[in-house]
Amino acid sequence: MKRHPQLWLLAAIILAAVLSASARPAGVNPYYLGVAVDVGINVILAVSLNLINGHTGQFSLGHAGFMAVGAYVASSITLGLAARFGGPALTPLLFAGSLLAGGLAAALAGLAVGVPSLRLRGDYLAIVTLGFGEIIRVILQTTDAVGAASGLKGIPKFTSFGWAWALAALTVYVVACLVNSTYGRGFIAVHDDEVAARSMGINTTRYKVTAFVIGAFFAGLAGGLYAHHKQFISPGGFDFNKSIEIVVMVILGGMGRTAGVIAAAIVLTLLPEVLRPVAEYRMILYALLILGLMLARPQGLFTWERRTGAKPGPQPT
Amino acid sequence: MKPPLLDIRDLQVCYGAIEALHGISLSVNEGEIVTLIGGNGAGKSTTLRTVSGLIRARAGGVRFAGEDIGQCPPHEIVRRGLCHVPEGRMVFANLTVQENLRMGAYLQRDASVVAREMEYVLGIFPRLRERSQQAAGTLSGGEQQMLAIGRALMSKPRFLMLDEPSLGIAPLLVKTIFEQIVAINRDRGITLLLVEQNANLALEVSHRGYVLESGRVTLTDAAAALRSNAEVRKAYLGG
Repeated sequence: MKRHPQLWLLAAIILAAVLSASARPAGVNPYYLGVAVDVGINVILAVSLNLINGHTGQFSLGHAGFMAVGAYVASSITLGLAARFGGPALTPLLFAGSLLAGGLAAALAGLAVGVPSLRLRGDYLAIVTLGFGEIIRVILQTTDAVGAASGLKGIPKFTSFGWAWALAALTVYVVACLVNSTYGRGFIAVHDDEVAARSMGINTTRYKVTAFVIGAFFAGLAGGLYAHHKQFISPGGFDFNKSIEIVVMVILGGMGRTAGVIAAAIVLTLLPEVLRPVAEYRMILYALLILGLMLARPQGLFTWERRTGAKPGPQPT
Repeated sequence: MKPPLLDIRDLQVCYGAIEALHGISLSVNEGEIVTLIGGNGAGKSTTLRTVSGLIRARAGGVRFAGEDIGQCPPHEIVRRGLCHVPEGRMVFANLTVQENLRMGAYLQRDASVVAREMEYVLGIFPRLRERSQQAAGTLSGGEQQMLAIGRALMSKPRFLMLDEPSLGIAPLLVKTIFEQIVAINRDRGITLLLVEQNANLALEVSHRGYVLESGRVTLTDAAAALRSNAEVRKAYLGG
C-alpha cells in the first residue's frame, strides 16, 4: 500500500468493475450482492468519519445528516432527469453527476456545521453535530417536495457492486493520501495537541473545517449510493442511530487507524446478517458482541502499534 | 537607541471575570535573553500565551519588530518570526520525531531550508537524531522538551518564548537544554524570553529579568543584580 498507492487504487477499481460486470450474468445470489454493496457504503461512511473523529480528533455525531443531504440531493436529481435523459448510455454519467452533486451539497453542509463548531470541543461539539443531524432529518420530514415523512420512492437502481466498491477504494485512497501528506500531518497535529499546533503556526481552524468538509463530502457520496441501492429513502433512515452506528465502526476500528476502521465497517455490516438465524435475539447478540469487542480490544480491532511509520522504539530513559 | 524587538504595553488579560494581568509592561531587545520569574499564578504563562496570540488581551498592546501584533491570529505571529513553546512539552505524540520537526517548519516552503534546519536541530540535540523514527509519545520528558524546542527552531524564529523548559526533567537533561538555549542565542542571534520556575538557573543564562507578582511587574533589573537582590533571593532563589 505504501509504494504505489495509485496502482493499488487503480487495481481496486478495475477489480470492482470486473467483479461487478461478471456477477450479474453469473447469477450470484442478489442478497449477497446487496450485502456487498452495503459493505462498500459503510466503508465509505466509516473512513470519512474517521477523518473527522479519528485523525483530526473532533467528535461528530452528525454523519447521518451529511449522508441524508447527499442521498436526497442525488436522488432528486436522478428522479428529475432520468425520465428526460433515460438512455442507457447516459446512465453512468447521470449517476456520477448526481452523486457528485450530492457529495458537494453535503460538503456545503459540512462547512456550515464546521465553522460554528470550531469554538467547541469534545462533548459540546458532539451535541452540536447531533443537533445538526436531527435538524436535517426534521427539515426533510416536513418538506413536501421530497416526500416529507414518507420519503422518496422509485429511485432507479443505479448502484452496483462496482460503483460501491470503486468509490470505497477512492475514499480510502483520498483519505490515506491526505493524512499521510505533509499537509495532512496537520490533522494529526490538531488531534495530538491543539495548543502546540497553533503555536507552531498551524491554522487549526482551517484543518478542522477541512476535515468536516471532506468527511461530509464522502458521507454525501455514500448517501447517494445508498439511495440508489435501496431505491427508497425516508428521513427515518438517517436518524441518530445511523450516526451512532458509524461512530461505533470508527471506535471499534481504532480512531485514526484506516485499516482497522475498514475492517470494523466490514465486520459490523456482516454481523447483523450472519446473526439472522437467531431472529429476535439478533440485536441483543449484536450489542453483546460489540460490548465484548470493546472490552477485549479497546484500542481498536487491529491496533498493535501507534501508527504506521512510527516505531514504538526502545523504552524511554 | 534601537526600539525593542518585543514591546508589551499595559497588557490586561482576563479569564472570564477574573483579571489575570493588571497592565503589564515589558520589553525585550534584539539579541537578549530575558527571564520572567514569579510564583504560581503570577501571570507568566498568560503573558507568553497572549504574546503568541493564543489568548486575546482585553486592553494594552503588543508590538513585535515595530508592528502591532495584538490582533493577529497565532499562525500570522509565527510567520513573523515569533515562536512559542508552550508549557508541558506539547509534542505531537502520534507523529515521529522527524515528523514533529517537519511540522515546526510548517510555514517554510523551501525544502532545502527545511533540510538545513533539521540538520542544525539534530546537531544540537543528538538524542533526537537517535530517535528520529520513533513516535514522539515514547520519548522521555527531557527528550520531548528538546523536541519541542527543536520543533520551534524549525520555524526559523527571530524570537523564541520558552515556557518552563526545565519542568519535570532530569537534572542532567536540564543542563543540556540550558546549554543549548545559550548556544541558540549566541550562534543564531535568536532573542529569547524564558519563563522558568528554576529562577536561579534561568537568571544565570539571562541578560535581564522581570519579577511578576499576581499580574503585575514588581521589579526589573539586570539578571546579575536580581540574583544578588535580597528580596528576590528570599522569595525565589531559596535564600
